[in-house]
Amino acid sequence: MNEVIEEKISAEYKYGFVTDIDADNAPKGLNEDIIRFISAKKNEPEWMLVYRLEAFRHWLTMEEPDWAHVSYQKPDFQEIIYYSAPKPKKVLKSLDEVDPELLKTFQKLGISILEQERLSGVESRVAIDVIVDSVSVKTTFKETLAEKGIIFCSFGEAIQEHPELVQKYMSSVVPSSDNFFAALNSAVFTDGSFCYIPKGVRCPMELSTYFRIEAAGTGQFERTLIIAEEGSQVSYLEGCTAPMRDENQLHAAVVELVAHKNAQIKYSTVQNWYPGDKEGKGGVFNFVTKRGICLEENAKISWTQVETGSAITWKYPSVILKGDNSIGEFYSVAVTNNYQQADTGTKMIHIGKNTKSTIISKGISAGFSNNSYRGLVRIAKGAENARNFSQCDSLLMGDQCGAHTFPYIEIKNNTAVVEHEATTSKIGEDQLFYCKQRGIDNEKAIGLIVNGYCKDVLSQLPMEFAVEAQKLLEVSLEGSVG
Amino acid sequence: MLSIKNLHASIDGKEILKGINLEIKEGEVHAIMGPNGSGKSTLAAVLAGRSEYDVTEGEIIYNGKNLLELEAEDRAREGVFLAFQYPVEIPGVSNINFLKTAIGEIRAYKGLEPIKAKDFLMMLKEKQELVEIDRALVRRSINEGFSGGEKKRNEIFQMAMLEPKLSILDETDSGLDIDALRIVANGVNKLKSEENATIIITHYQRLLDYIIPDFVHILHNGKIVKSGLKELALELEEKGYDFIKEEVEA
Ligand SMILES: Nc1ncnc2c1ncn2[C@@H]1O[C@H](COP(=O)(O)OP(=O)(O)OP(=O)(O)O)[C@@H](O)[C@H]1O
Ligand SMILES: [Mg+2]
Repeated sequence: MNEVIEEKISAEYKYGFVTDIDADNAPKGLNEDIIRFISAKKNEPEWMLVYRLEAFRHWLTMEEPDWAHVSYQKPDFQEIIYYSAPKPKKVLKSLDEVDPELLKTFQKLGISILEQERLSGVESRVAIDVIVDSVSVKTTFKETLAEKGIIFCSFGEAIQEHPELVQKYMSSVVPSSDNFFAALNSAVFTDGSFCYIPKGVRCPMELSTYFRIEAAGTGQFERTLIIAEEGSQVSYLEGCTAPMRDENQLHAAVVELVAHKNAQIKYSTVQNWYPGDKEGKGGVFNFVTKRGICLEENAKISWTQVETGSAITWKYPSVILKGDNSIGEFYSVAVTNNYQQADTGTKMIHIGKNTKSTIISKGISAGFSNNSYRGLVRIAKGAENARNFSQCDSLLMGDQCGAHTFPYIEIKNNTAVVEHEATTSKIGEDQLFYCKQRGIDNEKAIGLIVNGYCKDVLSQLPMEFAVEAQKLLEVSLEGSVG
Repeated sequence: MLSIKNLHASIDGKEILKGINLEIKEGEVHAIMGPNGSGKSTLAAVLAGRSEYDVTEGEIIYNGKNLLELEAEDRAREGVFLAFQYPVEIPGVSNINFLKTAIGEIRAYKGLEPIKAKDFLMMLKEKQELVEIDRALVRRSINEGFSGGEKKRNEIFQMAMLEPKLSILDETDSGLDIDALRIVANGVNKLKSEENATIIITHYQRLLDYIIPDFVHILHNGKIVKSGLKELALELEEKGYDFIKEEVEA
């Protein structure tokens, strides 16, 4: 038993280092001046400032939602720093110009950009955009992608260089008035990632963004916008980590995906924000709005998420199935341990004919945590022959944790076929003993059993990240049984 | 190889094993028979290190080591294998991945380098043939949706892969059809060697026609009440347990 505890302690959040980077901060608090400050810092055009101010004025009229099955001390929005950029802020041409401290950070994160660049001749590659606090630090492989007409850059850069695309699509899926946190994000977001895949192009590599909250007292508000033109395909992955801090940090992102005719977007997330300590102190509040639209026929959007971090997660990656024959998928593993709370799921909105959606959700709760699945399947009146299949499984480890399922189904067309299956199980002593009897210790056995339980979701991840995700699951659950 | 002395074990405060004595040497096959609820599976579980059971008295020496001080996984790594009476299902974990992990752990414990992928695959093929198990079965998730007999065969396949020193087969014959029984028994016989020992828990003489035991023990109410040669099993089959009970109670 002592051994297990020791292991657990030594295996605690290993991404929790603090980097000593000179940051350029806004004063804390939120008002129109701060928004003007951010907009000016980013050298934004007038329309962007107008957009932000409108969102802010709307936000002022809104209330923080409390329908999710989570409880927490609501953040004081005047105590947050809304802009923190690691210096230097000038445009970086090459890695040599990046702050060496920051490079060390990347190394600790296991991202070797140098290596990535050096290996650029190799087949399987990943283009990475790195966002520290609020600012995009480095996007790799930009030139290689540009040859195919693919735009992959920071959101800030997109506003400067592709204003027509940003203006056309930003908020077309998640209106800035959509919800409290989306409105806040629209007012104060500082950076994020932008991808544009032109007609008929299959993106030749994984596009990936690593997010990291670094400076103390800051919130992270990034936006991601991905547009896949007719017949194009892209696979995108985001990963996130944060230092260990005693206070809670707020992360309120907005992600919008637009898939045109015959286009496919696969969006994968490995979320590992700092979850707080074993007593539930600190940790990131992860309040995120993610939504995609299959705008025209035969479009397909898949969300895959492995959520192991954050003190509180509040997130429902959704798909609006507007085009006929379009497909929406949601594959999720959410792990909560200690005092973590997660309320996550999806919304599948069927509007077009013959639209199909699949929801596979695997919740794993350990310690004193609470893990909820919340999902909506809506079949609109005109959605002839819509199909949905939902499977929501919960796995409990120990008897102090909770698992909850809140499925909502709204059917306005009687040709719809909607299937929902749900199971709750406990990790079995018999299963653990079976593994031990074959020479496999407790921690490894839990890893095996949990990974087996999540197989249907993990198999959706790009190869490179499936292994990482498996390890993450094992680390997150270490010491949770026995 | 194995020496059990005055073993008492209980679960939830109820004593199940009430003073077991048993000596097993390399190369031997011991059959343990006994009525339902007499404690056969309990003995197997205590040997394998299931933590729900409290050993209140006695000792178990295995290859010079105090077995009771070893964790279940270390006992397995030291060569103790239990073919379960009721093998569990582990959804989503393929047999192959499971065995690879187990072999990796056992080798690491012994200070050996990891098995090469090529060697592992060769071994997989060889053992598959040895115990005549369907390739497709081996590729599926552990016991998930397996029939009763398939689960038992899979236990023997795992035994073949892990090459244990002491194998305990807990009613591996129950649920097997006639052909499967012969195949499993063949497998066990082929795996037998001068260095290994086997404990066979069974209700039926039938299995012992195929795997000839050196000794037969009868367990009754937590104690070994009679030991003998293979003829004891025949006698038991003929007369039933009543004669034992009468003998004991007399
Ligand atoms: N948790 C428990 N609490 C009380 N009694 C238990 C518990 N677990 C097992 N027992 C009892 O221990 C006794 C021995 O069980 P065991 O499984 O070892 O029998 P067995 O000889 O293997 O029987 P079978 O031939 O049916 O497989 C049984 O009477 C059983 O009911
Ligand atoms: Mg039994």
